Amino acid sequence: MLLKSLSELNGTSGAEGLVRNFLRQQVESFVDTVTVDKIGNLIATKNGHLGGPKVMLTAHMDEVALMIVDITSDGFLKFRPVGGIDARILVSKPVQINETLVGVIGAKAIHLQKPSERQKALHFDQLYIDIGAKSKEEAAGKVKLGDYAYFITKCEPFGEGLYKGKAFDDRVGCAILVELLKRDYDIPLVAAFTVQEEVGLRGAKIAAYHINPDFAIVIEGTVAADVSDQGEKGWVTELGKGPACSLMDRTTLYNPKLIQWVADLAREKGIPLQFRRGSSGGNDAGPIHVSRTGIPTIALSVPCRYIHSCVSVISEKDYSACFNLISEILNELPRKLKFSPMDKEDM
Amino acid sequence: MDFAMLGQLTQLFGPSGSEELVAEFIAAQVRPYCDELSKDTLGNLIVRRQGNGKKIMVAAHMDEIGLMITHINKEGFLRFVPLGGVQIPNLTRQRVKFIDGRIGTIGVEKLDKRSDFKLDKLYLDIGVSSREEAEQFVHIGETAVFVGDFVESGTRLISKAFDDRIGCFVAIEALKRTKSTHELAFVFTVQEEIGTRGAKTAAYALEPDLAIAVDVTATGDTPKAHPMSVELGSGVGIKVLDRSMITSPKIKRWMADVATDRIIPFQWEVLEYGGTDCGAIHLSRGGVPSGVLSIPTRYVHSPAEMIDKRDVEAAVDLLVALLETSA
Repeated sequence: MLLKSLSELNGTSGAEGLVRNFLRQQVESFVDTVTVDKIGNLIATKNGHLGGPKVMLTAHMDEVALMIVDITSDGFLKFRPVGGIDARILVSKPVQINETLVGVIGAKAIHLQKPSERQKALHFDQLYIDIGAKSKEEAAGKVKLGDYAYFITKCEPFGEGLYKGKAFDDRVGCAILVELLKRDYDIPLVAAFTVQEEVGLRGAKIAAYHINPDFAIVIEGTVAADVSDQGEKGWVTELGKGPACSLMDRTTLYNPKLIQWVADLAREKGIPLQFRRGSSGGNDAGPIHVSRTGIPTIALSVPCRYIHSCVSVISEKDYSACFNLISEILNELPRKLKFSPMDKEDM
Repeated sequence: MDFAMLGQLTQLFGPSGSEELVAEFIAAQVRPYCDELSKDTLGNLIVRRQGNGKKIMVAAHMDEIGLMITHINKEGFLRFVPLGGVQIPNLTRQRVKFIDGRIGTIGVEKLDKRSDFKLDKLYLDIGVSSREEAEQFVHIGETAVFVGDFVESGTRLISKAFDDRIGCFVAIEALKRTKSTHELAFVFTVQEEIGTRGAKTAAYALEPDLAIAVDVTATGDTPKAHPMSVELGSGVGIKVLDRSMITSPKIKRWMADVATDRIIPFQWEVLEYGGTDCGAIHLSRGGVPSGVLSIPTRYVHSPAEMIDKRDVEAAVDLLVALLETSA
C-alpha cells in the first residue's frame, strides 16, 4: 500500500532522499519528465505538449524529526526538533537513527522523581537519546552531529476505516499526488514534491518560481482537533467529514471566489468537504501564491489527529474524498482557466 | 480637497482578501486621470499613466483589518479569528458589519477572572436564534469589518479604516493633480494588513525604478503615550525606519529637500513596530529605491482612528512635488 510505504520511510527537512527516490520510482512511468531541482524538490511534468495554462500540484516530502546536536561525555545524544514538535510527547519513545541504529529517548523513571518533578513536562534540554553506548567515543563511532532521529511507527489500519502512522503530514499529500499522476487529465500538470516545508516552506518557494504555474493546488495533512476539550468551536477540522479547504492561515488568505468554486464543485459531485476553521499554521501555499506576479492557489488537506507526533490518525474516507475532489478540480480546470481567467477581471 | 470622497472611501467594505468594492470605487475616481486600469491575480488595482522618465510606483493599500468567521453554533452565535492586527482586548461590545450590510455585536462569555479574557471567549451575535437562520446570512470563511462612522471635527477627522484609505485618498488626489512626466504606476494594493502580500507581486510585475508608499503611522502626542516624536497636525511623516524597512539616506534627503523647498510641513517618522508595503517592494527582484509618506494617526487599528486634515494636505502636496522631481 502506497501510503504505508511512504509513512514508514524516513525523511525530514533537508534529508528527503529516501522519500524522493521512492516517489521517483512510483511516478516515473506515468509522467513525461522527472527532475530534481537545486534545493531537492522532485519535479514531474505531464501533458506539457498540450500547451495552455499549467497547473502545479504540490505535496511536501519532509516530516518532523530530531537532529543530533551533541554527544554527552557518557555517550548520550542531545537533540533539537526539526519542525514543530511538542517536547512532552517524546519521553520513552524509540527512535531510528541512520537506518540501522535504534535509540530510546530517556528520562528519569517515575520511582526516582520528586513529587514536584512529576508536575512538570520535560524540555528538550532535559531529554536525551540512549543508543546503548558507554562513552562519548563509542557513540561518536555510530552517530555524527547533524544526523537525524525518526519516530518508529508501523502504518496500520484500525477502527472503522482509520489508519495510524507517522509522517502523515505530508505523506498523505504525496500519496494522493502519486495517484493523481497515474490518471489522465486534459491539462499540463507539474507535480512538485517539495522539501523543507516544516522548517519554513522553503522548497515550495523555489519550485513555484521556476515552474511559474497558472494555478496551484497544495495537498496537505492538517490538524484535526475533533477530540479537543474546548468544544466544537475549537475543532479546526474533523475526521471523516471530507478534505478540508483552507480559508486563512498564517501564510495565505485564500481567494473567496476560488473557495466558493471548490465548494460548489464538491457539492455538485457529491464529495464531502469541510473548511479548515482556524488561522494558525501555514503551508506551501504561502510562498506559492505570492510567487512572481501572484498565482491563484488553493489548499486541500486530509485531517490528521495528533499531527506532528510519533503517531497520527487519518480516515480512509477523507483520503479518498480528497483524491476525488482534486481529480474533479483537474477535470474542470481547463474550462475554467480557458474561459474565465481568474486573474483578469474586467474593470 | 474632496474630503467628502474620503468619507465615502473610509466607509467602504474592504477587509484583507475582499477589496473589490474599494477597487471599484477607486477605479471610478481615477479613470479620467490615467491611461490604463488593470487588476492582477491577487486583486491589486494598477493605475498607469504614460511618461518617459523613471518608472515610479506609488502604493497605498485598500484593505482594512477585520474578522473571519470560523464557526457557527446551534444557537446561531459565530466564532471568529482576527484578520490583521486586531486588538483583542478592545473587541468586546463592538459592532461589525458584513458585506451585505448586516451588523453584529461582539459579546464575551462569563469570565471567572479578568485574566481569562482571550479571543476564544468572544463570540459574534448577529441577532439570529439558530444555525440555520445564521447560515442564510453568513458562511464559514466570510469576513466582516468594524463599524466606525466618518466624522469631521475641526481640522480633525475620525473614522474606521483611515489605515489605509487615507493613503488611497492621498494617492488619488495626487494623481488628479500631478503634472509629472515620469511613467507612473499607482497601485492600490491588497492584503497589506496580513503581510504586504499584494505589494510583493505588484512590485515584481512592475519592476519600478522608484517606489513611494503612503500609509498611516502612530503618534506620541496623547496622554502618557509611548514616546514617539510624531504628532497630529505637524505635517506629513517621512519614514526613517519601521520593522519592514530602513529608508536609504538618499531617499530621505530627497524627500526632505523637496518638502523644505516647497515649504511643506513634514516630520521624521521612526516607528518601532509595524511595516508598510514598501517593506515588500524595496526587496523586490534586485531591490527598489523606496520611501514612505506617513499620515500621523491616533488609535490606529480601531474603529475610531483620528487624523488631521493639514497632514493630509501636506502629504498630497509632497507626493505631487516628489513625482515631479524624482530622486
